Amino acid sequence: MALLEVRSIGKSFRGLRAVHDVSFELADGAIAAMIGPNGAGKTTCFNLIAGVFAPDTGAVALGGRRITGLRPHEICRAGVGRTFQVVKPFPQMTVLDNVVVGALNAAARVGDAEREAWRVLELLHLDAKSQTLAASLTLPERKRLEVARAMATRPRLLLLDEVMAGLRPTEVDEMVAVFRRINHETGLTILLIEHVMRAVMALAAHVVVLHHGEKICEGAPAQVVRDPAVLECYLGEEAV
Amino acid sequence: MRALVAGLPARARAVLALVAVLLLGAPFAVDAYVLSVLILCLYFAYTGQAWNIMMGFAGQLSLGHSLYVGIGAYAAAALFVHFDVNPWLGALAAIVLCTLAGLVIGFLAFRFGIAGVYFAILTIAFAEFTRIGFDHWNWLGASGGLFLPVKERGVTDLATLRGPPVMFYYAILALTVGALALSRLLLASRLGYYWRAIREDEEAAQALGIDTFRYKMVAVGLSAAMTSLAGVFFAFYYNNLFPEQIFSMGRSIEIILGPIIGGLGTLAGPIVGAFVLTPLADGITELMQLLGIETPGVKQVFYGVCLLVVIVFLPNGIWPAIARRLGFAPR
Ligand SMILES: Nc1ncnc2c1ncn2[C@@H]1O[C@H](COP(=O)(O)OP(=O)(O)OP(=O)(O)O)[C@@H](O)[C@H]1O
Ligand SMILES: [Mg+2]
Repeated sequence: MALLEVRSIGKSFRGLRAVHDVSFELADGAIAAMIGPNGAGKTTCFNLIAGVFAPDTGAVALGGRRITGLRPHEICRAGVGRTFQVVKPFPQMTVLDNVVVGALNAAARVGDAEREAWRVLELLHLDAKSQTLAASLTLPERKRLEVARAMATRPRLLLLDEVMAGLRPTEVDEMVAVFRRINHETGLTILLIEHVMRAVMALAAHVVVLHHGEKICEGAPAQVVRDPAVLECYLGEEAV
Repeated sequence: MRALVAGLPARARAVLALVAVLLLGAPFAVDAYVLSVLILCLYFAYTGQAWNIMMGFAGQLSLGHSLYVGIGAYAAAALFVHFDVNPWLGALAAIVLCTLAGLVIGFLAFRFGIAGVYFAILTIAFAEFTRIGFDHWNWLGASGGLFLPVKERGVTDLATLRGPPVMFYYAILALTVGALALSRLLLASRLGYYWRAIREDEEAAQALGIDTFRYKMVAVGLSAAMTSLAGVFFAFYYNNLFPEQIFSMGRSIEIILGPIIGGLGTLAGPIVGAFVLTPLADGITELMQLLGIETPGVKQVFYGVCLLVVIVFLPNGIWPAIARRLGFAPR
C-alpha cells in the first residue's frame, strides 16, 4: 500500500513555476530518492508535503489521509519528519535538548523523551556531543543533529534534504548504513533529496527525477541513470 | 520548596540557604530606607522574572509590560476604592483582565505574523493607548490619580493588605520565590522545551510538531498574569496611581533591564540583575541629591551605562558568569 501519495502538486513563486504537476507514490517501508539539478524544485516539493506552503494545485495524502492544507506541526503529528537543507538547529540549546524537543512529539513525559533522545543520539553517533551547545557543532554534525531531531519525532515518513552534502565518502557510507538499519528494523519510510549519487545508488529502490519543476523520469536507480533525459539535464557524461 | 532545590549540588544548596536566611532576616537588621530599597529590588526581581518567561524563555520581546502592571494595579485599586472589594479578590480580577489583555495582543500579533521588533512595537502601542485612555477615565481619577485610603499604618492586616512596609516586604518576597519555583518547574517541563525551541527557531519548532501559536499565547498570557500581581502589589504599597507613571514606557524598560543585565532566559538572572541594578541606581540618585546636583535623568544615564558595560563585557549577563562558581548550572 502507498504510504505517501503525491497527486499533481504545483507551486509558483511570483510567476516562477517552482513545482509543476508532480505526482508520485511511495510504498510503506520503501526508501526512495529525489534527484535533479539545482533549482529543480526538490526542496519546494518537500515544503509542499510538509505543509510549509499549501500547493497551488494538487494534493498530498499520507496513509490514505489527505494532509494538504494542514499546518507544519499538524503534518509532523500525522507522521512526517523532515530535515532542512539549510540546517536549523536550536543553537543555544544542548545537542541533547535539541533532540528531546523532537522526541516530545511522541513521548508522554519529558523523561521518556530524554530516553528516546539518547537512543537516537547513539544511533547517529552524537552521544559524545550531548552536552555541547548546538551552536558549536561542525556542519556535518549539524546535519546529523537535523536527522536525529526529525527521527526522534518517531515519524512514519522521513524526509531528508541533502543530509549527506559535505560528508567524506566514509561518512556517507556510515550514514547509509544507519538509514538502512533503521529502515530494516522499524520499517520507516524514507524519501531523500540527494546530490551524492553514491548514497542514492546504495539506498534507494526508487528514484524520482525533477527538472525545471517537473518530473522527467521515475524508476529503479539503475534504469534512471541510463535515461537519456536524466543524463542530459543532470548527471552528465561522466556518470555513464 | 522542592521545585527550588531538587537536583542542585550541595554548594548551590548552601548558597541558596544563605540567601534565604539573609532575605528572611533582613527586616530585623536594616533601617526603613534600606528596607524600601530591598522591597524595590524584590519588586523588579519579580517583574523581571515574569517578563523573562515571555522573552527569555519563549523569545517574544515585550517592551510594554507596564501595561500589565497598570491594569493589575488599577483593577485591584478601583475595586477596593469603589466597591470595598478585598484586594485578594481584586488580585483575581487583575489576573483575569491582564491575561485577557495579553491574549488579545498575542492573538493579533501571532495570527497576523507580527514578530520580532514589530511585535515589540505593538506591545508599546497597547501600553501607550491604554495610558492615554486612563488619563481621561474620570471614574479612575484620570490624570489626577487614584488614591487608596491609608489607615493606621502600624496595624498589619494581611486580609486587606493594609500594614507597614515589613508586611509588603514579605509579600513581594513570597511572590519572587514563587515565581522562581514556577520558572524552574516550567523550564524543565514540556512547555519549557517548546518555548526554548520557539525562541531558537520557530520554523524548526513547527517541523517538530510544536503548535507555536498556542505556546506563544501561553507564554504571553502567563507573563501578563504574573505581572498583574506586581501591579496589585504596587497599588497597595504606594497607595497612589497615575497613568503617566504606571503605564509609562520608562517603567517597561525598567522591568526588562534586570533580566538583560542578570542573564536573559536564565532562572536567577532577573533576580541577580534586579539586586545589582536597583541599589546602584538608587544610590546614585541619593548621592546626586546629597551633592546638591539636581540633574533629571541621572538614573536613565546610569541604566544606559550599566547596559553598555554588561553587553560589552558579559554579553550573556552577570549570572552565567558567576553561576558555575557558586555551584549552579550556567543556565
Ligand atoms: N520561498 C521561496 N520564494 C521564492 N522562490 C523560491 C522559494 N523557494 C524556492 N524558490 C525558487 O523555486 C525554485 C526551486 O527551488 P528549490 O529550492 O525547490 O530547488 P532545489 O531543487 O531544492 O535546488 P537545490 O538542489 O539547489 O537545493 C528556485 O528557482 C528557487 O529560487
Ligand atoms: Mg534544495
